[in-house]
Formats: sequence, structure tokens, C-alpha cells
Amino acid sequence: MSDPNTNSVPAITDAERDELRRHGILLTSLEELHNWGRSNSIWPLQFGLACCAIEMIATATARFDIARFGAEIFRPSPRQADLMIVSGTVTKKMAPQVVRLWNQMPEPKYCIAMGACAISGGPFKQGYNVLKGIDRFIPVDIYIPGCPPRPEALLNGLIQLQKKIRGERLTGPDAARHARPDEPSEFPVPDFGEHDLVPPKNPDVWEPPASLARSGKS
Amino acid sequence: METPEQIRDRLLARFPGAQISVVTNPGPAAEHALLLDAAHAREIAFFLRDDPALRLDYCSNVTGIDWPEKEIAETAKVSVPDPAGGPAKIVEQKTKRIQPGFLEVVYHLYSMALKQGPVILRLRTGNRTDQVTLPSFMPVWRSCDFQEREVFDLFGIVFEGHPDLRRILMWDEFKDHPMRKDYVAPDDFEWEPTPHSDVLARAQTHYPAASPAATGDGGKS
Repeated sequence: MSDPNTNSVPAITDAERDELRRHGILLTSLEELHNWGRSNSIWPLQFGLACCAIEMIATATARFDIARFGAEIFRPSPRQADLMIVSGTVTKKMAPQVVRLWNQMPEPKYCIAMGACAISGGPFKQGYNVLKGIDRFIPVDIYIPGCPPRPEALLNGLIQLQKKIRGERLTGPDAARHARPDEPSEFPVPDFGEHDLVPPKNPDVWEPPASLARSGKS
Repeated sequence: METPEQIRDRLLARFPGAQISVVTNPGPAAEHALLLDAAHAREIAFFLRDDPALRLDYCSNVTGIDWPEKEIAETAKVSVPDPAGGPAKIVEQKTKRIQPGFLEVVYHLYSMALKQGPVILRLRTGNRTDQVTLPSFMPVWRSCDFQEREVFDLFGIVFEGHPDLRRILMWDEFKDHPMRKDYVAPDDFEWEPTPHSDVLARAQTHYPAASPAATGDGGKS
């Protein structure tokens, strides 16, 4: 691993490293090796919420074969998983359980919001019983649009997540979320209120867009 | 199979005190319903299940309807005699009356044994606030269990005699009945790309900058 004092300046650039690889010299850093290993053995949490889960199951079958990307071990326990694919509509009744599952997953952990419902509530956004996006309560790494997304789209989302993991720094000021002690690993679980979830969103994770007109105000 | 009118006549002969009427359905399906009174509904339901000519042994669907209070304007032509002795004038008289609101529960019954149906039953509550109790049909048809719980959850109709009347879709702490016409969802507005009509009106309360007067200089501030 690179020295914490000089971590912002890599000892060798990616271009130089690739040049050396072309000549048969394999040079790597512990960070890169570590991320490479992590990115190729993502264990998703085995849980589905709606029709997106059917596409997720199809992604695991031989035709699409998520095993090509090392993510075929769907674990039935959050203690053994490091990727939560929120595959489907999150109802307000289910939302506290989803947050609880997320809290039970060990770091480093990643979240994919699969499909329109998990992103924003989707076609059920105006409903009284649907959470308008799981990113109101937990941090989401990858959003996959679609209703539902094709298995290829889920694979592409997984590849994007792998890219994100490979690019993560483990130390220093630009370290990944899981490597920062000040970033929370657990998030408050909402309670069932008389009219809505209490609170309806976690302000530390999600803020409503500042301006409807996108006028540039922050 | 008997028509609803024939069933009504047979029921009235069998249960003399009951109030049973046929509610016609003007749609192309023309599935007319039997409107029962709550006091006799349970024994009528047992009769319909066990009657050898009907044997309605299967309740396929239970649903609720909310009929809010409605103002009905009626125009009637009234002839007013002319005080001067001329011919009587015909004047249109407009009257308004308020039809009180009520909740309704609808049962769709079929006979598996005789392969016939549906027979549709309706029950109405006294009002929408405090007289919302109706007899449960779960002792008659076991399949009413979850569906009556759903009607209780979403419409607030209390089924007397239901052994386990809890909310089924919403959580137990929830107080509202979302399928009622006057239900207002919590104001949880979120930015939408193309708001219009009432969505735009709600957007402007949340984002005052989006009002037409402010959008002009929105980019500068």
C-alpha cells in the first residue's frame, strides 16, 4: 500500500504501468491488487422485492451468467454479503427492513438501486405506500434505470460497480466511504408513523433537489 | 341460473323482515347486485351458500366502495298560476339536496358445485364516520378472511364477527384509510421534470423559485 503521506501522488502512473505490462513486467500496488480481488468477488445479498428480482434471477442463470464477473454467490445472510441489489419497489412497510438489512451488512458494502422503483418510486411514485427511492435512507452507488432493466443492464451496472471499486483509494483524504472512520456504516431505521414513515427521509443521506427550475442554486 | 330479481323474491319469502333490493348495473356487463341490510345479511349469506338451487360455495372477491357526501342538483318544472289571471307560467325550479355518504362492500359469489355465478351482494354502512360496522362473512366463506381485512385496512369498514381483524397491507400504527376519496397522502413532493396542473401547483409551494415571476431571473440568483 502506498505511503499515507504521499498517497495523493502515485509512484507510477497508470500509463507507465500499462507500458511495463506490455513488456512482461507486472508491477502493482497493494491497493490495486486488493481492489482487483474485491471487485471480482462481489457477493450480492439474495433478496428481491418485485419484478426486477426476476431479471436479477435471470442474470444469474446460464444465459446471462453473472458468474463471469465473479458475483454469482448470492448469500442469504446480510452478514456474508457485500452488495445489496435493491431489486424492485420498496414499499413503506418494507423500507425499515431494507435499511436494517443494510445495517447488518459488513463493510465494505455497496448498494445498487435496480430499476425505476428503487431509484424514485417509478410508476408507483404517487402511491401512498411506496417509498420514493431507496436513496432516501441508504447511500446508493449505482443506479440502473429500466422497468425492469434487462439482465444486460444489471451486468453493466455490476461492471460499473467493479470500475468504481477498482478506482477506490483506501487511505488519504479521498479514501472510499468504507475506509473513512467518520462516515457512518449504519443508518437510522425509520419508524412506522400514523401517516407516513418517521422520518420520511434521512437528511444526512438525501436532500430534495434545491430548485425546480434548476436555476443553479445549490 | 335465477335472475337477481328471482333470488330477491325467494329471499323475501324466506326472510320476511329483511330489506332486499336489486341494484342495477347500467354497464354492458349488467351484473346487477342484491343490496342487503346488515341485520339479516349473515343468515341470508348462509342461506345462499346452502340453498340447493344456488349453492354459492365460493366467494371470489370482496371489495369496497367509498361514496362520499354528494350534492345533487335537480331541476323540476313547476307551473305557477299568474296572479293577473292569465295562463299559468311554467318555471324551472332548482332544488339541491345532499345525499349522505356511506361505505359499501361488495361480494362476488360463485358456485363451484353447480358451475354458476356470479351473484353479487352489496352491504352499506350508515355513514362514513361512526356507523361503519357491517357483519363479517368470514364464518360463511373462509376466503373472505384476507379480503375483509384489506377492506378494513383501506376503507375503514369494521367487520363484526371477523376473528382477526387487523390491517393487512399498511402497518398497524397507520391511522388513515387510503382508498377513501377524501384521503390526502402526506405531502412528500419531489422534483419532477415536467410538472403541470395540480402537480405544478404543489411544486410551486415547495419551490417558490419555480413560479412564473421568478423563473425569469432564476439563473442569476
